[in-house]
This record gives sequence, C-alpha cells and structure tokens, in this order.
Amino acid sequence: MRLIIIIWEALFGELKAVENLFEVRWHGRGGQGAWTASELLARAAIYDGKHVQSFPEFGPERMGAPVTAFTRISTKPIRMHCSVYEPDAVAVLDATLLKTVPVTEGLNKKGVIVINSKESPADVRKMLKEDTGRVWVVPATEIAIKFLGTPMTSTAMLGALARVTGIVGLESIKKAVEERFKRSDIVDKNFAVIKETYEKVCSE
Amino acid sequence: MKPKEKSWKEISIAAVCWKPSTETLTGDWKTYMPVRDLEKCTRCLLCVLFCPDGAIHWKPEKGDIEFDYNFCKGCGICANECPTKAIEMKLV
Amino acid sequence: MKSIVEQNTLALSGNEAVAYAAKQSDVDVVAAYPITPQTIIVERFSEYVANGEVETAFICTESEHSAMTACLTAALTGARTFTASASAGLALMHEMLFVTSGCRAPVVMAIANRALSAPLNIHGDQSDSMAQRDSGWIQLYVENAQEVYDTIIQAFRVAENHEVLLPAMVCLDGFILSHSLENVNVLPDDVVRKFVGIRQFPNVLTHEGKMAPLKLDPENPMTMGPVAFPNYYFEVKRQQEEAMKNALKIIPQVHDEYAKISGRSYGDGLLEPYSLEDAEVAIVCLGSTAGTVKTVVDELRDEGAKAGLLRIRTFRPLPVNGIRKALEDVKVVAVMDKCMSFGGYGGPVFHEIRHILYEAGKHPTVVNYVYGLGGRDTSPQQIRKIYKDMQKILREKRVKNPVQYLGLRE
Repeated sequence: MRLIIIIWEALFGELKAVENLFEVRWHGRGGQGAWTASELLARAAIYDGKHVQSFPEFGPERMGAPVTAFTRISTKPIRMHCSVYEPDAVAVLDATLLKTVPVTEGLNKKGVIVINSKESPADVRKMLKEDTGRVWVVPATEIAIKFLGTPMTSTAMLGALARVTGIVGLESIKKAVEERFKRSDIVDKNFAVIKETYEKVCSE
Repeated sequence: MKPKEKSWKEISIAAVCWKPSTETLTGDWKTYMPVRDLEKCTRCLLCVLFCPDGAIHWKPEKGDIEFDYNFCKGCGICANECPTKAIEMKLV
Repeated sequence: MKSIVEQNTLALSGNEAVAYAAKQSDVDVVAAYPITPQTIIVERFSEYVANGEVETAFICTESEHSAMTACLTAALTGARTFTASASAGLALMHEMLFVTSGCRAPVVMAIANRALSAPLNIHGDQSDSMAQRDSGWIQLYVENAQEVYDTIIQAFRVAENHEVLLPAMVCLDGFILSHSLENVNVLPDDVVRKFVGIRQFPNVLTHEGKMAPLKLDPENPMTMGPVAFPNYYFEVKRQQEEAMKNALKIIPQVHDEYAKISGRSYGDGLLEPYSLEDAEVAIVCLGSTAGTVKTVVDELRDEGAKAGLLRIRTFRPLPVNGIRKALEDVKVVAVMDKCMSFGGYGGPVFHEIRHILYEAGKHPTVVNYVYGLGGRDTSPQQIRKIYKDMQKILREKRVKNPVQYLGLRE
C-alpha cells in the first residue's frame, strides 16, 4: 500500500510541479477555518520555495456565513491580484454548502474537488450541480472531532488536499502548522489530523 | 514705518514665529482701564485667576498684585469678579 | 556601493508586512484607531509593543481625528510617528491631515484603501485616499505585499528629509493586498534601523532670536502652526508646494539607496513603466491592479500587440515630467480609476493625466475606465477588453465613449 502511495505521489507531485500556476479555492462557513487552511497551504508552499498568494473573500463577517478563500502557488512571482476563476482544485469544508454555493464553478474536468463528507464519492458526485472534475471525499468532521474535540475542519481538509493534489509535502505542512499554531500540543493534534486525512481521503 | 514683509523663501519652515507675540502691546486696545481701591482690596487674588489675558500678576516680593497695562485690554472681568468691588473701570 | 543584504522570506499579508516594517523602523509613537481593513496593522503592532519587541508609546485614541492629532503633536515634539487608517476613518481625520502637512510633521500613515460609505462597503477601492489628494500629504501606491514593506521603510526617510518634511501615506488596496498573504523578503532589523536612522532636525530662527532645532522643546520654546493672516498664509503654503517639488527628487534618491541593499526596485520610485518603450496602447493605473495588467500585457505581447503599462507609484507629488515622457510616443492611453469624481467627467487620475498632457506638444488620446468600486473584482478578461477598445480607437481614429465603467451591469 505504501509503495502505491509513493508512486502515486511521485507521479502526481511531478505533474503539478511542472505547472506554472496552481490555484485552489476553499469553501467553508465562518468559523470553520477555510481562510486558515488556505493560509497554511500557502505557508507550506513557501517552505518549498514557491511564490504564493492566499486571500479570503468575505460576505457578512459572522460565524456560519459562507466564506471563500483562495490559494495561488507558482514557481514564478505572482503578479495577478484578481479573484481565482478557474481553480485547479476545490476544497469544501462543509457539505451543506453543496446545496447553496456553486462549488464547482470554473473547475475543469482535469481538476479535483475534495469534499468533507461521510458519504461515498459516487453519492457526493450526485449532489454536485455540475459534473466536472474528479471527486474525492474524506470524513473530515469526524476526524477533527476525534483528535481536536471540535469540528474545526481546516487542517483536516488541508491534509486531504495536499494528498490529492501533491502540491505540497507533509514536511512543509508540518513546518507551516508549527509556525502558525506555535503551541506544541495544538501543533501535534493538528498534525495528527492531517496525517489521518492524508491517508483516508478516497476517490471514486 | 511698516517693516518689509518676508518672501516665501525667507519665512521659517512650518511658519515658526520669528518674533515673540509679546512685542505687540495689546493694551493699546483698551477704552476702560481697571483702577484698584487699595483699602477695599483684600488680596484674595480672584482677579489674578479670572483675567483672561493674564495681565494681573501676584508679586511675592511686594506682597501685592500688579496690573500690567501693556496687555490689559479693559474687558472688566476683574471688576466684575472682585468680591469687595475694589476695582473700578475708568475711562483711559 | 553597498551590496545586497541577505534576507529572510516570510509569509506576510499586506497588513502584517506594514506592521513588520513599522516594527523595524524604530517608531516612537503610534496613535491609532481600528477600522476594517487596516485593523490588523495596529493589532499586530500592539502585540509587538506588548511583547517588548519595540520601544513605542502606543496610544489608543477615541477616534481617527484624535489619532492624527496625537501623531501630529508627537511628531512636532520630535518623535517618529506612525498610524494607519482607511475609508471613513481617513475621512474623519480630514481636517487634521491639512494641519499635519501645514505644520510639516513627517507622520507616516498606512492606508488600506477602502470604499467610502454610503452604502456601507468594507472592500477595496481608492476613493478614500483620492479624496485627500489635496491635503499636502505625499501619496505612494503599492502593488503587492513586498512593495508595501519596502515602501513603509522608505517613507520614513522621505518624510523626515529636511528638504521635504511632509507627512506621507502609503496606500495598499483593502482586502486585495491587506488580507492577501504573500512572500515577503524582509531585511534584518539592524539594516533597517541603520537605513531609517535617528530623526534629525533642521534649525529655525525662533522668537528668542536664536537658531534652534525644529521641535517643541522647553529648552528652546517656539511657536509652530500659529495664526497666519492673509498677508502671510499664502507664503507658507507656497513653501509646502516647494517641499512637494523637492520630494520628486528625494523619493527616487531614497528608493535607489534602498534598492542597493535590498535588490528590489520599482521603476525609478516615482513611476514604473512596463513594456512601454514601443507601446502603441497603454494603461495607466495605481495599485494592485497593475499586477493583473502586467500578466495581460505579457499575453498581448506574445500575440504581437504593442501593449504597455505605466504604473504610478508616487501620486503626490505627481511626476509630471516623468509621465509626459513615458507616454509621449504612445498612441492611446486608458487611465484606470478605482474612484469616481461625481459630476466631474471621469475619475481623478484621468483628470490629472489629461491635464498634464495638455501642454505637451505631442500626446496620446486619453480615455477613462472607472473600475473596481466597492471591491468589485477586475478580471484579466476585462483588462483585455480595455486593450481591445484602445486598438479599436487606434484603427478607427475616433473615441465613442471617453469615460466608461468597467464591469458595471448596465
């Protein structure tokens, strides 16, 4: 099993490294950490020597309101300062958003979408408005509650996305989490979440 | 003779005053001036406190107050506030 | 010739980069009031104060008007001061902005550009700082988080220069830059400290008849910002204008000195031309949108179009000669304005560009695109449309709509 993952990573990782610009869109609700997840991904990519941008898009600033965040990763300095229109990957931290937010907008058939859900990938695909991209699911809420005690799915989805896209490695993510959370007990718990979702994310 | 006014190159930066404002004797403006009855005056110093121009001074070496007529504009507040009506405003 | 210093790469948002730069610049007093999207600047700085990483007196004032008054007066006593604001907060300090520049206090302020109410909008456009362009403040507009870090440090040097002595505002687009985490290469603390130095004071003649350093000091009492009657007010204002003219010389000097140690430069510090040498059509704009325009220009050049960009980094003082020279061979110019001047036939930057080209013998056709108001996103496709329109003007030799609104739903 380990060997398969290594080969997969090598393949996937290589493909993405050649890309000039990689764009991720995160969907969550206020308080779940979509913005934090996009930041952590950016910080991890900086450790890999990449150029990054991570920014949120707010509506009303309150808990529970839909929040969108974006991460751009590139081998060259990023000059664009507009929104992300055609993400290469989408992460959805809260499956209830599938009903109301167009999470697959702009995602092309070669892209990937990772959704926090207990359901199977095939069932989740039926919930999507558009039939596009490759669907991955991970029970992020359950994993987060298991290790953190709260349904804070930011690091859970980060682990899953990193595995699915191969855009950053676990080592860089660890450094980013350490830099951001500082307290070692919080860092350890979150990294446990990341490793779990890294393994458990599955596709159709 | 009015002194020649400075050009923009000559004035100080941030309009810092190059002459003290005390060179202009504002006491010239007054029509009435305060005159004190030394017997009625109790040296309570209320006039010193109330003068808006700070033109009445307590002189410790004299043990008495002094009116600075160079800066007194004759507003009459000291006469108004004096509890013993020791100050009278007289035409200059 | 100083060599380029080794730098650390940090992940900082625009706001955090401002706070970090201020931390390194040995600021004496910060008086501030929070407002979205700049709140993080002063919050982060207050953390540095609490941690003891800076020796700064942090004053929480009851409003932005008071914040500017506190900064002004602290600056007049000789302190290096810093603050930040945006939108309604900047508007509230309007009165004090004029007082600060009139008193020649070198306060540095970061503005996280945000739209003005009503209706209430917390997102980025440039209406707030554009409304203050007559206030006598130096205005610098940055394109990314790296530049805002570099520019805050340079701003202290420019503002405190004896030939300038004017307050400076460094403007970054609200949310687009203020909340965007990017790679920022930071200089070591000692290098920045050495660069900004200790504040020096020119000597003035005081009313005691002696020359004294220009600062409020009981040892050398002086009056600053007194009443000036009609016979003198005009001359004081003319002096301010001379300081602005001097800033045109000092800003590139400081920029070049900084470039030698950091390895980073932004044009000549006043203007950043991009692909403009043989351009037939060009956009003029300020701020982060210039970055997006650069990517479009590259694509257009690959397609064979002669497209270019002139980014204005220093808006006040306006680099008149630089702009005239940069645009003299361009055929059509589109000025992008992230601000409206209601009832004024186009946006403020459009006004300024058109009017300074009036005397130039040969000058391009200039049109205006008002865009991005209230934080409306501007896509590369929309910028392409601007270039297409300009090429159409070039072909047909006429302008149908000199003032257009980009991305507005008609």
